[in-house]
Amino acid sequence: MASDHVPYRAGGFEPRRMPWASVATLVGLVALWQACASLGLVSTAFASSPLLIARALAALIASGELWGHLAASLQRLAIGWAIGTVTGLVVGVALGLFTLARSPGMAVVSALFPIPKIALVPLFIIWFGIGESSKVITLAFGVFFPTVINTLAGVDGVPRGLIRMAQSFGVPYWSIVSKIVLPGAMPAVLSGFRITTSTAIILLVAAEMIGADKGIGAFVLQAGNLYDTDNLLAGIVVLSAMGLVVSAVLGWIERRVLAWR
Amino acid sequence: MTGSVRLTASGISHGFRGLKVLDGIDLDIPPGQVTVLVGPSGCGKSTLLGILGGMLAPDAGMVNLSGTPAPDCLNPLTYVFQDFALVPWRSVAGNIALVLEHTPLSGAERAARISDVLALTGLSDFAAAWPRQLSGGMRQRVGIARALAVRPAVLLMDEPLSALDAQTRELLLDEFVDLIARTGATTVYVTHNLAEATRLGQQIVVMGRRPGRIREILTIAQPLGGRQADDPALKAVETKLWQMLRHDAEAAQAELADGV
Repeated sequence: MASDHVPYRAGGFEPRRMPWASVATLVGLVALWQACASLGLVSTAFASSPLLIARALAALIASGELWGHLAASLQRLAIGWAIGTVTGLVVGVALGLFTLARSPGMAVVSALFPIPKIALVPLFIIWFGIGESSKVITLAFGVFFPTVINTLAGVDGVPRGLIRMAQSFGVPYWSIVSKIVLPGAMPAVLSGFRITTSTAIILLVAAEMIGADKGIGAFVLQAGNLYDTDNLLAGIVVLSAMGLVVSAVLGWIERRVLAWR
Repeated sequence: MTGSVRLTASGISHGFRGLKVLDGIDLDIPPGQVTVLVGPSGCGKSTLLGILGGMLAPDAGMVNLSGTPAPDCLNPLTYVFQDFALVPWRSVAGNIALVLEHTPLSGAERAARISDVLALTGLSDFAAAWPRQLSGGMRQRVGIARALAVRPAVLLMDEPLSALDAQTRELLLDEFVDLIARTGATTVYVTHNLAEATRLGQQIVVMGRRPGRIREILTIAQPLGGRQADDPALKAVETKLWQMLRHDAEAAQAELADGV
């Protein structure tokens, strides 16, 4: 019988980290965009260019205009997200813990969750006026439902064996909630935060476009109305940076809180 | 831990969704001894253990704990779980602390107890480790340490070695024998493994196929500390147990295959 080397056949499906490839792709795309603009292949009136956007951003920073818009947006984002998150956590935990709350609570959540929250902005403006309240409530409303659903899933997902273990040692009910149920629900809650922060940024921009004169959303809309694509895209870069910063902060919190995983 | 309490079950019957699992169980758990429950799959051993420890309410009958637990006992009926039931977001010491934090012990007393049981189970160097960093055998030692920390009157062990590999099982079984012999803990131990039953059991309760009833109770007088795995007397008891259980075990297998 002839002897043959047995080749390795199990490769190819393991994902590998290639951080340089991510950076190279982004840099390549930006360079390509700039090259197309510089060579006149793309009209800068329609698509601007990375250099023009960078100049617009620098001018916005130098004039202080950016900070005014950014501060207004961040304030709305922080207040709306915090209200939606805190109320969502409380309701989600209550639905997870108490049978009496679950059935009626889930019926209400299931009925209201699918409504596109942006459709409610005009209603909130009628109810709460054109000021800050309507925008903050839109954000809070949009954040509330995913938070409830993720928190409930987190509470439900806590291994029953751990709860039984604690009961068998006579650990009191609220200690079980604080030491077993809430920490056990944290992975689902934190992954919900990723969804709700993105939702909040989307709703923030939409609400600011509908009824605000300050904020990144309002700035982007005003730039669009003036066909000022440099400033329009500068605003979008700021929104993208905002998303990246929020994501980095959440990643840091996850690493700290879920270090045991 | 002392043997001053007695656990007695009388007329226990229980079922799940119309399926009778236990029928008329009367059982006395002698203080300071290891009672092993053996029987074929589905005979209700774990259900009976759950009822004995108050984690399941029986359909009929009652369990009594008589006598006075030792003054340092914080949880008279204490379980050791098959799947260890360790809280993954707490360290080894944190898992033990969890069952002491609600008790009247002071911080110093708690720390002393944690340190004692870690030393007793050979885990002193792993106090700060996460459960995920430990082997299966070490995780179960944490489960034992946690149970010993409350100085139980009765230790209820539900197949504590069944999730472990054969070698770890043998090593940990030796440790159990040593630990139980030293502490004199009243223990109820559920197992499928007849070698485990004869190594640990002073009273071996043989249960019949569903609905679980007690078929026979064997006693082994040989002291726990002096038992060896290859002891011919223990092997003879093991053979006798298998002869008693074989027919029921085969019937249970056939029942599973038929999807009953």
